[in-house]
Amino acid sequence: MMKKLLILVFFLSVYTSLSKAAVEVDITRGNLDPLPIAISPLYVEPGSQEIQLGKKIIKNVGEEISKVIEINFRRSGLFNPLKKESFVQSPDIAHVKPRFEDWKLIKAQALVTGKVKITNDKLRIEFRLWDVIAAKEMVALAFSTSPDNWRRVAHIISDKIYKRLTGEDGYFDTRIIYVSETGPKTQRLKKLAIMDQDGANVKYLTLGNELVLTPRFSPTNQLVTYLSYFRNLPRVYLLDIETGIQEVVGDFPGMTFAPRFSPDGKKIIMSFAKDGNSDIYTMDIESRVVEKITEHSSIDTSPSYSPDGKHIVFNSDRSGLQQIYVMRSDGSNVKRITFGNGLYGTPVWSPRGDLIAFTKVHKGKFYIGVMRQDGSGERLLTENFYQEAPSWSPNGRVLIFYRETKSDSQGKGFSTQLWSIDLTGYNERLIKTETDGSDPSWSSLLSK
Amino acid sequence: MSKSIFLSLAFHGIMIILTALSLPFMIRSPIDLPPILSVDLIQITDETSIPYAAKATKTLEKIKKKEEQERIVSQQAPPTEKKKEKPDKIPLPEDLNKEKKEMVKKKQNPKEVKDEVRQASEFEKKELFDPSQIAALIDKSKEEQAETLKKDDKLTQSNVKNSLVSSLTLSQEDALKAQIFGCWSLPLGLPYQENLLVRIKLKLKPDGTVIKSEILDHARMNMPGQGFYRVLAESALRAIRICQPLRVPPTGYEKWKDLQLNFDANEMLKG
Repeated sequence: MMKKLLILVFFLSVYTSLSKAAVEVDITRGNLDPLPIAISPLYVEPGSQEIQLGKKIIKNVGEEISKVIEINFRRSGLFNPLKKESFVQSPDIAHVKPRFEDWKLIKAQALVTGKVKITNDKLRIEFRLWDVIAAKEMVALAFSTSPDNWRRVAHIISDKIYKRLTGEDGYFDTRIIYVSETGPKTQRLKKLAIMDQDGANVKYLTLGNELVLTPRFSPTNQLVTYLSYFRNLPRVYLLDIETGIQEVVGDFPGMTFAPRFSPDGKKIIMSFAKDGNSDIYTMDIESRVVEKITEHSSIDTSPSYSPDGKHIVFNSDRSGLQQIYVMRSDGSNVKRITFGNGLYGTPVWSPRGDLIAFTKVHKGKFYIGVMRQDGSGERLLTENFYQEAPSWSPNGRVLIFYRETKSDSQGKGFSTQLWSIDLTGYNERLIKTETDGSDPSWSSLLSK
Repeated sequence: MSKSIFLSLAFHGIMIILTALSLPFMIRSPIDLPPILSVDLIQITDETSIPYAAKATKTLEKIKKKEEQERIVSQQAPPTEKKKEKPDKIPLPEDLNKEKKEMVKKKQNPKEVKDEVRQASEFEKKELFDPSQIAALIDKSKEEQAETLKKDDKLTQSNVKNSLVSSLTLSQEDALKAQIFGCWSLPLGLPYQENLLVRIKLKLKPDGTVIKSEILDHARMNMPGQGFYRVLAESALRAIRICQPLRVPPTGYEKWKDLQLNFDANEMLKG
């Protein structure tokens, strides 16, 4: 009897709880379109001065800042900045109290407003990010700096908005170092150049007297390592971008390739040929002690550390064809990870650690692709006549690489250009440079 | 005293017996065995090529014809009615130029987009996204999704599951889903290897407007390394706000006044 009673009570309680459960509906589809965002020109407060940069005078810095943010977002492929002509509310009122109905009308889901004040050579910028649909503020920050830094502030604001809207770090306040190229194909003049990630503020770091190759940023600071030929001998250099001081790290015999920093910035890893055999070596920057990592009769080149510093990815022809291998940072436990058709080279580990970017050559075409760290999930992002040397953005979402165009028998029509592509493979963009460019490398975020 | 205890016990006993007897699972009904059917075992090979009965063949042909007709009709939609223009009206070159200019004006940011965006691969990618067409795309995708959902009457496993859990009919649920699909802009750039499910509990008014919304896994919002979850949850809340009033059935308010929406981006992003 007692047992039946218990059963009864149990069933009654289950029935009661079921009757109160909410109706569940699974939403498994949505729009994969970039987020519509309205970037209102920043309101310049009355009494603000104009900004003079050399001969250039910037009259409305608020509008210029909003343009930089807009271009950053459009290029990211994740946002769709709306046309300014469609904005109903003026910047001065929008910054104080946006009329969300006006912004909803033009289908904006996020809104950026702000104001600028320039007094006594001091630039103060305030910005707010609004959720138009929820009618609430998402981020509000203010920056104070010297007026000639206005572009940097625009990039920093872009990063803050990007992080708030995507949940991941941005990559706009960064720089790209590359090899600037001029002249005909047979007599190229190669100089080291640096610019903002959007192609602005180009500076040339070398004169072009010596051949420069493979500049690579340190992942921790603004140091660059690159290879230069001095009297036909390869030398590895270290260059401090902040101070402009450069020093020779070492002369290495034979062919030396692609020096690159370790994740902690304390070592340089590279490959060079000794006694006709190319192997991978590391060098401690402080003590200058060189350590041999691979010991094989084949050609081992293009080493790149994993972000945790525990593994190294490199390419080798030890299987007969050039393929990609992964090993522990001490050189043990070497594993081949690519088995596809064609040749694989220039592997680079993503700063996130989940993917490895590479160049693949198959049937005369060059591909830039990504795969997981065990070699699975290979995805070819872009295909062209000739392209190589991918380098990751600091958030591991975008790759920058260079592409060569075909030239005729006399060498005409030849050019090298910098391109970027994101992980979707659909957002491929040309990065405009003053001259031709090759061998790009992306810096870490300047402001963290 | 003992009398009252006895009466109370007796009364309770009667109540329990009555309740127990009234519950269907307590009633032991005799097992209703189906009648025994005799089955002959035959070789499959002998019977697989049985011709259709004449009547069945005709019915099948009819269905086939009907399907073909339907297919052709859906592919060739009737052209929209246009006002007849005068046959003798020949556009002057000036008019043509005007038309061209107007078309150019209608395009959003024609220069900014075209000179930089390039098709990445001729084999893998058919077309690049054109940000200037965003409004048109949003509207179009909404229509397309709604249409496909209307057409798709097949029962899928998830549909069956949902219809059992929810008390909405399949068409009611489809209408609600179609509405929210059109409103939900998934944040691009979400990490692929994470759990991308956001459960939101809603309290609704009879007309479908939202009284209260609550994120069920709210603790994840502020967890380190889960920044994407906050972004995803916000996108789901935005979708609800854009969509409301929700397309709810006109009746049965008590059943759906508490509604749980499970926004699952895993399927879309992981494929």
